[in-house]
Amino acid sequence: MGAKKITGIALLVVFVVAVQIATQLTGTSYYLTQLTMTMYSCLLIIGLCLVMGYAGQVSLGHAGFFAIGGYTSASLTTTNLLPALEGGSSWVSMLNSMGLLTAGSSMFGEPLLTVHPWLACLLAITITALIAFLVGIPVLKLKGHYLAMATLGFGIIIFRIVLAMEFFGEADGISDVPGFTLLPGLTVNGDIDNRVVNYYIAAAVLVTGFVLLLNLIDSRVGRALRAIHGAEDAADSMGINTARYKLYTFVISAVFAAVAGVLLTHYTGGISPSDAGVMKSVRYVAIVAIGGMASLWGALTMGGILNFLSLRGFFGSYDDAVFGTILIIIMLFAPEGVLRLTLWSKFKRQKKEKGS
Amino acid sequence: MSLELFSQYIFAGITYGIIYAIVAIGFNIIYNTTGIINFAQGEFVMLGGMSAITLNYYLPLPLAIIGAVLFTMLIGALIEIVFIRWLKNPSVLRLIIITIGLSIIIREIALHVWGDTVRALPYFTGNVVSSVTILGAPISPQVLWVLAVCSCIVILLSLFFKFTPLGKEMQACASNRLAATLCGINAKNMVTFSFMLSAAIGAVAGCVVSPITSSEYDMGTGLAIKGFTVAVLGGLGNSLAAVAAGLLLGIIEAFSIAIGFPLAFQDAISISILLVILFVRPHGLFGNKEAASLKEF
Repeated sequence: MGAKKITGIALLVVFVVAVQIATQLTGTSYYLTQLTMTMYSCLLIIGLCLVMGYAGQVSLGHAGFFAIGGYTSASLTTTNLLPALEGGSSWVSMLNSMGLLTAGSSMFGEPLLTVHPWLACLLAITITALIAFLVGIPVLKLKGHYLAMATLGFGIIIFRIVLAMEFFGEADGISDVPGFTLLPGLTVNGDIDNRVVNYYIAAAVLVTGFVLLLNLIDSRVGRALRAIHGAEDAADSMGINTARYKLYTFVISAVFAAVAGVLLTHYTGGISPSDAGVMKSVRYVAIVAIGGMASLWGALTMGGILNFLSLRGFFGSYDDAVFGTILIIIMLFAPEGVLRLTLWSKFKRQKKEKGS
Repeated sequence: MSLELFSQYIFAGITYGIIYAIVAIGFNIIYNTTGIINFAQGEFVMLGGMSAITLNYYLPLPLAIIGAVLFTMLIGALIEIVFIRWLKNPSVLRLIIITIGLSIIIREIALHVWGDTVRALPYFTGNVVSSVTILGAPISPQVLWVLAVCSCIVILLSLFFKFTPLGKEMQACASNRLAATLCGINAKNMVTFSFMLSAAIGAVAGCVVSPITSSEYDMGTGLAIKGFTVAVLGGLGNSLAAVAAGLLLGIIEAFSIAIGFPLAFQDAISISILLVILFVRPHGLFGNKEAASLKEF
């Protein structure tokens, strides 16, 4: 890792801690709830940034992967398996004897037997990765408009499925999702006493994911991806297996989306069909575009700022309109992203020329 | 299945199918002259229906429809002039994101102007209960209006492209923009015109279908997806094939309900068809593989 990268990440960690201390000192620790949710969204966004910015593939279906992760985990940890166990299902009793099920009680005090969140989480990630792999093989052969429409179509199918199936709670979604105890004492849930812990859990997950991606794009894979983005045919002729690299990045980013979905669902205690909606996917694409496509730092910064403002209700009923407007303005005037406005670089160049 | 039920499903399928075909033709017109898929195409249909409903409070129905079509054409022209005309060699991804952004903004403006109530134009002739019996099935006269108007659009468009100088100029731009410019055709104006034309036919479709399906601010996205499915199914850029593909999709949808498929999955069916077509025959059912491979998607 280069010194510059380490400094950047160190600053990020300092910033995360500073924000928490600042909210503590000013008595505004209620901000931490939205900040935690923002960080989970950012996890999805940096994953999407890998696909869009580095592999050059647009995906308008990432809310679908988020929903697959979140819904799998939510449905497994809320479905009561006790009747099945008493009914003599060998599957359930096997899982139970392996200690993979947890007992609990519902709001009304009835005994519950559900899948352990860890197992549910692993299953959610595996299922998402598998779906991304299977969908990715044909979809990533497409380009431009066709790719955009195909991923959009995938997102709509997921939205329709969760909206139409009783197992996924139809229009109401799934609520009363239990907390996710990562390690004893570290539980992902929405308790107010647990707010600071959850803030740091989210930060740790986000920073870990971010470091992984930063290292990935500086590796051989990252160079291959940039070659694909620049000129796919040229990369192909240099012996880079373009199809495989594109598929891998697609699966990796889907896994990021699934992890975000699982953790955010356990944190807020529920998930609804709107989380799988097309507007969500468009919004994620918008944030990556605003951050400058091929810029993980840009995606992280813009994702943090815009998601937080949106969650605080800063844009009121114009929430979607604001995102649409930002999207158009950025694409018209600064297709390289806000952080790399061409005006700035021109200005810098002029300064340099004057100086020399 | 009795003949009556069968012909009712057929007519339902044809009605929806021809609307999808009209949206697909709107995609094709813009795609042919610019290579852009205009993701805001469905919003033109919505704008046509909604503004006709508003105008109908003050004007008789035919004038309201004409006014709505003119209004939507104006919006189409404005979109092209303000957002697309002056871009220099924009990438496909950039154009996709711009038109998606436009569709969001149009939808949000419509939400703030008209609210989220579902409205409908009055039936052109008769009312909700009046019906005509065809092949033993009672059919609403509005269905006949939809079929007649949409067929007229398709025929007039093909005559327009074949016989009028303007239509010829647009086709010249579509096949070779540089050569057309060298022949003295103002290619930029042709692009603006193609946006106006596809806005206009979208608006007409939005008006004739409004009494049957109703209009609301967020009807555009669904229609755009179906329209795109049909455009791809027929082969992007080919308008007559789009009509055939549209009827096919409409009838498949109608019969998927007839054989007991849940209504909630209706969209999923057509999108699955889209995905399969994209994977297996990206040049469409009626398209030419070699011609398609020359285009830049």
